[in-house]
Amino acid sequence: MIGIVDYGRGNLRSVEKALEKVGFEATIMASPTELNLVNGLILPGVGAFADAMQALRQGGWIEPLIRFARSGRPFLGICLGMQILFEVGEEHGEHAGLGLLAGRVVKFPPGRKVPHMGWNSLQLEQPSYLLEGIPNESYFYFVHSYYAEPGEKRDVAATSDYGVVFPAVVSKDNVWGAQFHPEKSSPWGLKLLTNFGKWVNENAALSGH
Amino acid sequence: MLSKRIIPCLDVHDGRVVKGTNFVQLRDAGDPVELAALYDQEGADELIFLDITASSDNRETMVDVVRRTAEQVFIPFTIGGGLRTIEDIRRMLRAGADKIALNTSAVQTPRLIQEGAHAFGSQCIVVAIDARSTAAGQWEVYIHGGRTATGKDVLEWAAEVEALGAGEILLTSMDRDGTKIGYELELTRAVSRAVSLPVIASGGVGTLEHLAEGLTVGEADAVLAASIFHYKEYSIEEAKRYLAQRGILVRGLV
Repeated sequence: MIGIVDYGRGNLRSVEKALEKVGFEATIMASPTELNLVNGLILPGVGAFADAMQALRQGGWIEPLIRFARSGRPFLGICLGMQILFEVGEEHGEHAGLGLLAGRVVKFPPGRKVPHMGWNSLQLEQPSYLLEGIPNESYFYFVHSYYAEPGEKRDVAATSDYGVVFPAVVSKDNVWGAQFHPEKSSPWGLKLLTNFGKWVNENAALSGH
Repeated sequence: MLSKRIIPCLDVHDGRVVKGTNFVQLRDAGDPVELAALYDQEGADELIFLDITASSDNRETMVDVVRRTAEQVFIPFTIGGGLRTIEDIRRMLRAGADKIALNTSAVQTPRLIQEGAHAFGSQCIVVAIDARSTAAGQWEVYIHGGRTATGKDVLEWAAEVEALGAGEILLTSMDRDGTKIGYELELTRAVSRAVSLPVIASGGVGTLEHLAEGLTVGEADAVLAASIFHYKEYSIEEAKRYLAQRGILVRGLV
């Protein structure tokens, strides 16, 4: 079972439907007490960095999410949900993120339309389980005004180019992030969610989670 | 790099897709959910549903269309038509829409743009502008499905909606809508240059060449078309192949 974190931000239904479409059961979780019931976790999100962190804090999610990540179970952040995996966000001042990945989230420099909205292609930087079977230059749907500047280059699995080259997929051990919306990126986004779902099941079988 | 988008538009009346000419004369063109799923498979980049049902009695029908679409369609889709309050917007987003489009209500209650952007994010607030030419290089905003002139200048209104927090503009030339003689390129370019938001060109497309012109001469970020796709004059794939040959970056499926 894959849990989807409901903290009042993001189109949870789309993520749930997309997982169902590719054959995985998902549950929308309104409270962190349910975290021990799931084998994998998706943290979605739209809106502003500080708002999202504030909502997570109010819901009592911060510590449980960090513990979940440390438990070794697969954890995928989507869009803003990926950005808050990092240490610091620079949206409307400096704000602390979950700190599961080293780096900062910064605004696109002037000279382009913001938000970066639409379909952009991926450059695969490193082999990764999440991107298995997904060809280089595949297109995914993005909507964001900020992007991550990772502290560790090896955490970047794929990049995209919007005048600046930025991380589109990040990965560190069991923690993953996609800057785009896989649930809205038919057909390759569904492939990515399939990979995630399989990984959740394999991990659960191996570790007993 | 970011690709240009092709967006089929489905006008929905009482839960069925219809197509008219110059905002009148409706013809049935099928089931919205079936068509939407087909367009997703064919490689459409986004979809827009415009609910042209006159009364709000049938709003539940549209919510149901949205809910069913969200179960089968895995590209972004926008709902427009008759949304007047924050609660209307919330219902559509909850049912699974990615964005909503405001037209008449945006003009009548501009604060709705601001409140919507604040509550749900700019990325999901599209403002639809119906424009009619009044003089060379000048266009007026119309509302109520093109029946009511507002006295507002299109370029000024476009700048205003950007300042209020809109995330995108869907620009329809009423003079061209349904004519198949091509987008009004001068209008499209003028609006694209007046704002830094993505602009979707709409109204008048009849050939693949028109799509290319909208994206190049018109400087649009996306092109919307209805009848050329509904009646299978062209497939999405043919459209993309044509645009790619013209050197325009489009999303391929592989």
